[in-house]
Amino acid sequence: MAEANIAAAGAAPLPARERPPANIVGPVAWARTNLFSTWWSTAITLVLLYLILRAGWGFISWGLIHAVWTVPQGANGPDTSSCRAAIGIGACWAAIGEKYRFMLFGFYPFSQQWRPAIVVLLFVGLFLISANRRFWRKELALIWIVTMIVIGVLMWGGILGLPHVAQDQWGGLPITLILATFGLALAFPLSVFVALGRRSTKLPAVKMLCVAYVELIRGVPLISLLFMASVMFPLFLPEGMDIDKLLRAQVAIILFAGAYLAEVVRAGLQALPKGQGEAADALGLSYWKKTFLIILPQALRLVIPPLVNTFIGFFKDTSLVLIIGIFDLLKSGITAIADPNWQGFGNEMYVTLAIIYFVFCFAMSKYSRGLERELDRARRR
Amino acid sequence: MSTAMDMAQGATHAPDASAPPAIVLDKVNKWYGSMHVLRDVSMTVAEKERVVVCGPSGSGKSTMIRCINRLETHQEGRIVVDGTELTDDLRSLDTIRREVGMVFQSFNLFPHLTILENCTLAPIWVRKMPKAEAEELAMYYLGRVKIPEQAKKYPGQLSGGQQQRVAIARALCMKPKIMLFDEPTSALDPEMIKEVLDTMVTLAESGMTMVCVTHEMGFARQVADRVVFMDRGEVVESGPPTRMFEDPQTDRLKLFLSQILRGH
Repeated sequence: MAEANIAAAGAAPLPARERPPANIVGPVAWARTNLFSTWWSTAITLVLLYLILRAGWGFISWGLIHAVWTVPQGANGPDTSSCRAAIGIGACWAAIGEKYRFMLFGFYPFSQQWRPAIVVLLFVGLFLISANRRFWRKELALIWIVTMIVIGVLMWGGILGLPHVAQDQWGGLPITLILATFGLALAFPLSVFVALGRRSTKLPAVKMLCVAYVELIRGVPLISLLFMASVMFPLFLPEGMDIDKLLRAQVAIILFAGAYLAEVVRAGLQALPKGQGEAADALGLSYWKKTFLIILPQALRLVIPPLVNTFIGFFKDTSLVLIIGIFDLLKSGITAIADPNWQGFGNEMYVTLAIIYFVFCFAMSKYSRGLERELDRARRR
Repeated sequence: MSTAMDMAQGATHAPDASAPPAIVLDKVNKWYGSMHVLRDVSMTVAEKERVVVCGPSGSGKSTMIRCINRLETHQEGRIVVDGTELTDDLRSLDTIRREVGMVFQSFNLFPHLTILENCTLAPIWVRKMPKAEAEELAMYYLGRVKIPEQAKKYPGQLSGGQQQRVAIARALCMKPKIMLFDEPTSALDPEMIKEVLDTMVTLAESGMTMVCVTHEMGFARQVADRVVFMDRGEVVESGPPTRMFEDPQTDRLKLFLSQILRGH
């Protein structure tokens, strides 16, 4: 803006002063103003520094220096005595080395576990392709559908010479990725329509339906929805008809996430100046063209941070399915160390699970920040 | 000033009284809740006529102009635009909005689209024009408002005056028969008002039917065939600008003019 004004006035831009003096920029100056400005602030800085170093050293000592990486194999399975001796002093990463297959794939037949492994890679590939704005075209929907089919074939098997694996044997990371990916991929469009419906002025019935849906679903805990889906819902079905438990949990998650996301999207719709819709109306755009070309691109951009916040929350909330007996990543990890040989090594397992969850969530967060920056650059307001 | 007036009067595009009127408002009434914002507003705009609507704030002039392309709905009376009556029927609404362009006080450019995309959006999606043709058309009108070099930029990178000129070009790209201006210069810094008014004068000289809500009395004198003065929701007085400004008949217009002149 300023640039344009100066150019319009035909004046030369003012020359910048030579470099700012070193005592107001640079890391030393930064530390002086932010960490050591007064004796009080210096004292707090030193105390906190001490605590951070102590905790950091403690973790390194436990996790790396005194850690046990492998254990010898005895006649009755692994000999964990060296790990037991190190309890409280060093981590037993051997437990993870021994049990990671169960953590990642649950009860999926051991010899067939290459199939869920490929599924995990397919999911990661799908995320990477979908994240790239260059691929935001119609073909992307096709890629999704094809990938879904391939994932289904790999997981269930039963054709192409793959042995059939029943759904109650699935477990681990693929379950978490399936629940989170389908949950959010379907909840998001649902939420957009619910948010639009809730703002509708011309269709009061639709509006009431959307309000009722959001308030009803938001008012109950996800756990109770999952219980309903797993225990109550089958009671209403005709005898003999059985819907897959995973599918029921999936639907519960979609409905729940949809209600939350709808409110986020509605916030974006509300933040948009009224003039945008009026300008689109005045140009003769129909409701749907106005919504998809003018309103949503702007409203969704505004709510990327809370949207991703909700996405990350739901990625982790999928772990709640463990209470209805679905073996997601968390449940598989916990079950893996229920093995009598490896009991007592929960910390190592939880640290590992936390790292896996963190990698996915941090990637989402990092991506959203990048996307925001990219869209901002295109707009520069 | 006198030369400019001569030019406007000498223009060949005099309002065509013989053709069917472009806009007819017949005893239009509107309420916001219990507030009566338009009271029996009747007005006829002939084809190629340039009407300036003025009046104090809250007089209903913006509401009236927004009723013409149904951004607001009226509750009583009839509005006929280009031979089509405004009703709840969506098809007639589509027809009217294609024929009526509008320029807003706050520009309302689409910030996520480039200047060129702002101008080609409606021709492509509403008029189903091929993209290349729409871009050519957009560049023509951007040239007419004198900013073709900004086509690849985003609205946020332009000054207010430039944005408003783009808004005019965007409306013109739909090749409307009628242009509505709702206080197009009120949100602008003083040094940018002139560039927008100049664009509007050029447009007026090309024979466009225009209804313009504005406080720019110089503009009204220069291009308007008729000035309509509104106050408290009703049309108080209307007539040619010279007569209105030099010989106001009603006390309300006299008061308004004295306030406007004091303000300038």
